Amino acid sequence: MIDVKNLQKSFGDHEVLKGIDEHIEKGEKVVIIGASGSGKSTFLRCLNLLEEPTGGEIIFEGMNITSAKTDINVIRRKMGMVFQQFNLFPHLSVKENIKLAPVKLGVMKEEEAEQRAKQLLERVGLPDKADSFPAQLSGGQQQRIAIARALAMNPDVMLFDEPTSALDPEMVGEVLEIMKELAEDGMTMVVVTHEMGFARQVATRVMFMDQGVIAEQNEPEAFFSNPQHPRLRDFLSKVL
Amino acid sequence: MDLNLLQFSDWILQAPGWIQMCPEFLQEICYQFFVTFIYRDNWQFFAKGLKVTFQTTLGALLVGVLIGVIIAVVRSAHDSSRKNPNVLLRVGNALCKLYLTVIRGTPAMVQLLIMNFVIMRPRGDNALLMCAIITFGINSGAYVAEIVRSGIMSINAGQMEAGRSLGLNYAKTMRFIIIPQAIKNILPALGNELITLVKETSIVTVIALQDVTKAAQIVQSKTYIAFMPYIGLAVIYLVIVMILTKLLNLFERRLRASDRR
Repeated sequence: MIDVKNLQKSFGDHEVLKGIDEHIEKGEKVVIIGASGSGKSTFLRCLNLLEEPTGGEIIFEGMNITSAKTDINVIRRKMGMVFQQFNLFPHLSVKENIKLAPVKLGVMKEEEAEQRAKQLLERVGLPDKADSFPAQLSGGQQQRIAIARALAMNPDVMLFDEPTSALDPEMVGEVLEIMKELAEDGMTMVVVTHEMGFARQVATRVMFMDQGVIAEQNEPEAFFSNPQHPRLRDFLSKVL
Repeated sequence: MDLNLLQFSDWILQAPGWIQMCPEFLQEICYQFFVTFIYRDNWQFFAKGLKVTFQTTLGALLVGVLIGVIIAVVRSAHDSSRKNPNVLLRVGNALCKLYLTVIRGTPAMVQLLIMNFVIMRPRGDNALLMCAIITFGINSGAYVAEIVRSGIMSINAGQMEAGRSLGLNYAKTMRFIIIPQAIKNILPALGNELITLVKETSIVTVIALQDVTKAAQIVQSKTYIAFMPYIGLAVIYLVIVMILTKLLNLFERRLRASDRR
């Protein structure tokens, strides 16, 4: 589904991604961990071109999205993204947040989007918040709405950029629960996170990024019980 | 001197009794008020002038905001595309900068004179009004552009990313997500611009457009009285600005509705 070939990204002289080759299958739940500054968020943000790669190629569903000829806006409809800071639209109600993209992009009619919004709010357990504004909600609720908003376009893959890092500890669980349900429904997911429990439980594959490369990856059981790379061992000893 | 002009000595004889009881300086003020506004329906000059002032201001505001938003979006788009923006954007940005430099670097009065006597040379009242609207619109647009740009920059980059990640293009994200939030942040500054604009339109007198300031001048030349027309004029502007301020406050409060917690 996603093919990454020799992906490179530099900010000025600072080389963040040093040539990543990776393949993500449909239905996979890939969790990326690593110390801050290891390039894991940049890697994720390159997948939907929020960061423009300085080298290499990304092929998504057979289309080279790094090519200038590809309309990235069409690709992005198929890739939902959830941010660390939620980034809900504060001037719109919860319902309008969810309906905005499908309606303005002409994918759904107003009533259809309304139905979809209701259904999604049901799914993230917040059906009574349709007419609230983001500022009236807790962090956990906001992040659940953000997930619903990303799902509104019926994406083929969901990208999560540290979705629980900005949350108070007691709200982490509710967001992870939604993500777990999403995984069980078969959604393809790429998740950057520090939640090792989530990685262990939900991931089909865990990657460890270090200094701009994927230093090690494995299925979660072996990844956590038998780490090979010394830096991964060092990292796991600090976070577990 | 207009020999037909109503003299104080004649006026006071037919004035109502309560005025005749007043001290002399109050009588004088009442006389001036009567001659300036009521006598020979002089208030009609002010009423017609006010209409022109409003037309000029509202027209210029519309043109100004339109120009301002377009320029602000072009400039922001240029500044936010870090790595080599395309040629069109670069040319656009250069043109916008030129416009800002020229318009902000020359007095509105000079722009008005150039527009009237060099470029448009309007014939007739409507053409004259159009000339004033266009001039002030172009002038105001330069200031509005920078105000709007500051508003756009005040919005967290995450909002643009969220919009783009949903598949909205740059223009749609701007229109539905960034600009509505930016407007809310810049409303006080935009209100300021509107207030400045109302008052600045008074210089249209130099192209003989009959706004409310011109009305005061006409009445002065007819009555040979300066105090009441000009003090009255000042009060008229003051009241307009106070009403505008009030309306802007109301509008701002309504826009802030989504901030309640």
